[in-house]
Amino acid sequence: MSEQPISRQTLPEQTLPARAMSGRALRQLPLRILPAPLLLARRGSLGGRGSAHLIERHARAYRHTWLVLASGFVEPLFYLLSIGVGLGELVGRVKFGGQPVGFTSFVAPALLATSAMNGAIFDSTFNIFFRLKYAKLYDAVLATPMKAGDVALGEISWALIRGGLYACAFMVVMLAMGLVHSAWAVLAIPVALLIGFAFAGAGMAATTFIRSWQDFEYVTLTTLPMFLFSTTFYPLSVYPRPIQLVVDCTPLYQGIALLRGLSLGVVGPGLLWHVLYLAVMGTAGLAVASRRIRKLLLR
Amino acid sequence: MGCPLGVPKYPAGPVIHFELSQALGKVSDVPDPDALIRASGLTKRFGQFTAVDGIDFELRRGEAFGFLGPNGAGKSSTMRMIGCVSPPTGGELTILGLNPVTQGAAIRARLGVVPQEDTLDVELTVRENLLVYGRYFGLSRQVIAERTARLLEFVQLSERANDHVEPLSGGMKRRLTIARSLINEPEILILDEPTTGLDPQARHVVWDRLFRLKQQGVTLILTTHYMDEAEQLCDRLVVMDGGKIAAEGSPRELIDTYSSREVLELRFSTFEHDQAAEKLTAVPADRIEVLADRVLLYVDDGDAAMAGVRGLALEPLTSLVRRSTLEDVFLRLTGRRLEDG
Ligand SMILES: Nc1ncnc2c1ncn2[C@@H]1O[C@H](COP(=O)(O)OP(=O)(O)OP(=O)(O)O)[C@@H](O)[C@H]1O
Ligand SMILES: [Mg+2]
Repeated sequence: MSEQPISRQTLPEQTLPARAMSGRALRQLPLRILPAPLLLARRGSLGGRGSAHLIERHARAYRHTWLVLASGFVEPLFYLLSIGVGLGELVGRVKFGGQPVGFTSFVAPALLATSAMNGAIFDSTFNIFFRLKYAKLYDAVLATPMKAGDVALGEISWALIRGGLYACAFMVVMLAMGLVHSAWAVLAIPVALLIGFAFAGAGMAATTFIRSWQDFEYVTLTTLPMFLFSTTFYPLSVYPRPIQLVVDCTPLYQGIALLRGLSLGVVGPGLLWHVLYLAVMGTAGLAVASRRIRKLLLR
Repeated sequence: MGCPLGVPKYPAGPVIHFELSQALGKVSDVPDPDALIRASGLTKRFGQFTAVDGIDFELRRGEAFGFLGPNGAGKSSTMRMIGCVSPPTGGELTILGLNPVTQGAAIRARLGVVPQEDTLDVELTVRENLLVYGRYFGLSRQVIAERTARLLEFVQLSERANDHVEPLSGGMKRRLTIARSLINEPEILILDEPTTGLDPQARHVVWDRLFRLKQQGVTLILTTHYMDEAEQLCDRLVVMDGGKIAAEGSPRELIDTYSSREVLELRFSTFEHDQAAEKLTAVPADRIEVLADRVLLYVDDGDAAMAGVRGLALEPLTSLVRRSTLEDVFLRLTGRRLEDG
């Protein structure tokens, strides 16, 4: 269902005298010439202020289960310690951007990107599926003035807030361990959020198509290989050309390339492509998700 | 925009449509100002299946209006359309003078909804449920806190305010859902089967609270498949079956119109049942209804009819004279009992 408060003006105005066309009515005139679907797209179909109330709800709910929040931070840290530090002893140095860098410094930004992905995926798939199908949370929400777009935007924002907290904590650890080599790294947090946005949007859109818990295998089947093969642990150059092209197209690779470039100070305009890729992915996911929520719940 | 309701006659707020109607000289079409909801030809289809089949009704301010019907009658589908969470497939629907398709959020802000299945937030406490739900309406925390204290008192849950929702009994959850639906001080309260699944005592508590709300002037619209609930709570009701409205009126009017003053209920042993039913046609009655396990004689005077039954040398296992109820109205209108669904 779509909300379109403007439409109330469309009918009467044709019959009212011209003087009624002044002021507010006139300012709305250009809107009325737009085809209706465009109007709908303009009017908060991607969510609006109401999304803040859903974020508030989640913040309250997580007060009761703060341990779940903590685990999201601990996991990438364990990876960093075991693979980065442990394995780093054996591996030594890796060539990146023409220069040798320590293995731990090479892996750390990739782990940050991966944790941004995993956090966003977990929030936007398991949690949203549960709220959609079992907790009936959105049925309750949509009985109020909140709209489907508010739900989609609220959920994605919540995933980002959570992911942002983890990213900050992880960056602190990276700094403390001397794994950050460039001032560009200040951009790592917003980029981690962008990665979260992309995966939360896509994850949420995918979740609206999920029918049962078994379908979550597909989620794992997508994210795990990405984690293992998207240049997390070694540079793209180790692959033969055709596989390089495939990896080059995965969303996690965009995130890893961005964060690694920033953290190691290998920065060029080429990075903007990765930004664009992730931004489009998140926005498309958000749009699909709010449409699907509307379709699923407002029957 | 593809409005499935066709072009609404008056999509605008009251001021604009008043001007418009004068401009067009169509004053006679100005809607009854007291009608909070007006539906005409309202239809809901799911694919090929028609769940609500062109129903007409009006809801007046301050009344308790009921939809009485068996499972699958289309009650919930109707409530969901009124709650602006299900776009109508056809017909016209105006709620509080607004169009539910284009102004859903504005309407929902002024409705209270108790859905058929509880949608309480099990990750939150009782108090938090009201707080969070009130926030969905954009209410300030202070306003919500004030109302929460009052509402929890009203539904007798003050002691459980800081408990989680999960361990509450079915009746408590229902009452909490009612409290939650009142957080925005709605102009219309929609209740979809408010007491289904509750034990008799819990039902009476809910009825009592709803009755008080009614006395406070809250407009209620409710569905039920319990005839006693409809009789207890509704000033006016429609009998709904197979997506259509079979009759409309106050409980008294419906009973007077569609049933006799009294009913004589007879139960015979299984092998006598059919034979007895045959013979009973000799007893003067408005109508005889032969059910699987009973025979109902619709008469003015049950005792006189019983004397007539004895005169036929029939010996029922049990006999009972009672007043007509909405159950009898439903049976008359649809040929089925309410519980049969
Ligand atoms: N989303 C849907 N998709 C398909 N069919 C539906 C949907 N919702 C309801 N129906 C069908 O529409 C009919 C009316 O359903 P509805 O829930 O309105 O009945 P009801 O009167 O509320 O019944 P009950 O007493 O069981 O709650 C049923 O046959 C139901 O199967
Ligand atoms: Mg129902």
